[in-house]
Amino acid sequence: MTTVAELPAGFADKVLSAQSTFRSVMDAMARPGSVQRIVSAAGTPSAMMRGTAAIALTLFDHDTPVWLDGGMSATPEVAKWLKFHTSAPVVSDSSIASFALAGDPENLLSLDRFAFGSNEYPDRSTTLILQVESLTDGPFVELQGPGINGTAALRASIQPQDLFERLAINAALFPRGIDVVLVHDDAIVAIPRTTRLARGG
Amino acid sequence: MNAPAYNFAYLDEQTKRMIRRAILKAIAIPGYQVPFASREMPMPYGWGTGGVQVTAAILGPDDVLKVIDQGSDDTTNAISIRKFFGKTAGVATTTSTTDATVIQTRHRIPEAPLHAGQVLVYQVPIPEPLRFLEPRETETRRMHALGEYGLMHVKLYEDIARFGHIATSYAYPVKVNARYVMDPSPTPKFDNPKMDNCPALQLFGAGREKRIYAIPPHTDVVSLDFEDHPFTRYRFDAPCALCGAGDSYLDEIVTDDKGGRMFVCSDTDYCEQRQQAGHRGSESAAPHKERAHV
Repeated sequence: MTTVAELPAGFADKVLSAQSTFRSVMDAMARPGSVQRIVSAAGTPSAMMRGTAAIALTLFDHDTPVWLDGGMSATPEVAKWLKFHTSAPVVSDSSIASFALAGDPENLLSLDRFAFGSNEYPDRSTTLILQVESLTDGPFVELQGPGINGTAALRASIQPQDLFERLAINAALFPRGIDVVLVHDDAIVAIPRTTRLARGG
Repeated sequence: MNAPAYNFAYLDEQTKRMIRRAILKAIAIPGYQVPFASREMPMPYGWGTGGVQVTAAILGPDDVLKVIDQGSDDTTNAISIRKFFGKTAGVATTTSTTDATVIQTRHRIPEAPLHAGQVLVYQVPIPEPLRFLEPRETETRRMHALGEYGLMHVKLYEDIARFGHIATSYAYPVKVNARYVMDPSPTPKFDNPKMDNCPALQLFGAGREKRIYAIPPHTDVVSLDFEDHPFTRYRFDAPCALCGAGDSYLDEIVTDDKGGRMFVCSDTDYCEQRQQAGHRGSESAAPHKERAHV
C-alpha cells in the first residue's frame, strides 16, 4: 500500500513549471517534428518518463479523463500519482479519454479506439502521449504540414514502427483526428493531426 | 508587484490549464474555433478579454510583452493591458516589435516582419466569419463541419454586384490550410497577406464569444476572392506625414474643420523607428526637437 507521503513529488513551483512546460508543448505542437525540451523537473512514477509526468502535471485536471495503457497501469502507482497530483479521472474506456498515456507502445491500441472528435467538434478528441525509445536516433522521416517550413526531418526510434502508417487516418478524417505527443525522457515531439509523412517511415 | 493578491499573470491555474488545452487543440486544427470557458476579467468585454486570457495562459517570467491597439503602443487599451501584465506577472514590456516575444494586438499586424520566436495574440470581437450571414450557431457549426462556404462567396459576390469590387475592407475572410474559413479579426485587409506563411505563431482569443483559434507558423492563409476579382490590399495613396513611409498602413487624421487632414503610420513603433533612422515626412517636427527635454 503506497501512502501519499511515498508518492513521487509534483512540481516544486507549480505555476512557473507548468508555464514553461506548456510553452514547450505549445512550441512542439506549433512546429511539428521539432524536438523541444522540458526543463521543469518533477518526481516521476517508475513507468513514466520525465516529459510525460511534466505534461500530466501541466495539462491534466478533473475535466480531463485519462486512459492508461498496459505499461502505465501495470502497477497502480501511476494512477495513484495522477489522482493525487492532478485529480484527473482514470477511465478504462479509451474512447472518452481526453488524454491517453502509452508506456508500452508496442502493444498500442488501434487508433480508432480513441476519440477523434466529431466534424462539428473536432476538438473533442484524444491526445495520445507516447513514450518512445529515442527522439534523436533511429529511422529518418520527413514531415510536412502546417507549422513546418517546407519539410521537417526527424530521427526517432518509435514503437509501433508503423505509427505514421496508422496516423494516415488523420488525412482521411480531417478535421477529426488524433494528436500525438512523442516523449523520450525530457524531449518531446508533437505530431498534430495536420502533419503528413513526406518521406521515410 | 502585489504578489500575494493574485496568481502569476492574474488567472488561476485551473483556468490556465483549460485555456492551454484549448490553445493546443486550436494549433492542431488550424482555423477551427475551439470553445473555451472564458472568464470574467477585470476589464469590460470589447477591451480584449479574449486576448488577455490567451496572453495570461502563455506568458512566462522571461517573456517580453508588447501590446498594440490599432497599431499604436500609446492608446489607453494598449497601455492598460501592458501595465496589467507588468503588475500581475512582472514581465518586461516593450514597444519594439522585434524585441517582443509575445505581442497582443487589437486590429493590426505590425509592419516589421515577425520572427520564429514570437507569438502574436489577437483580440477578437466576433470570431465567427459567417455570423452576420447566418445567426444560428447550429447552422454555422454545420457549415464549418461540411466545409460549406458558398454563403461567404455569395456575400463577396454581392459586394461586386453592388459596388463593382469587393468592398469588404476589414475582417476580410481567409481560408486557413485549405480547410476552415476564418475571421482574421477586424484587421484591415492590408494585413491579410502577412498572415500567410508567417514564421510566428498566431493565436486568436474571443472573450465574450468564448472561442480560441490559431494559425501555426508557416501555414497557408488565403484571402477569399474570385479569379476575375482577385484579392487586393488597400492603403491611402500617400506617404506617412511623419516618416515618409510609402509601404505602411496609414491612419487618416483630421486636423481642422476645413477639410485639412494628414496621413500617418498606424504602427507607431514602425513610424518611430523610421524617424530615428532619419526618415522625414512633410509634417515632421525638426529633428530631435521633441526629444530635447527627455
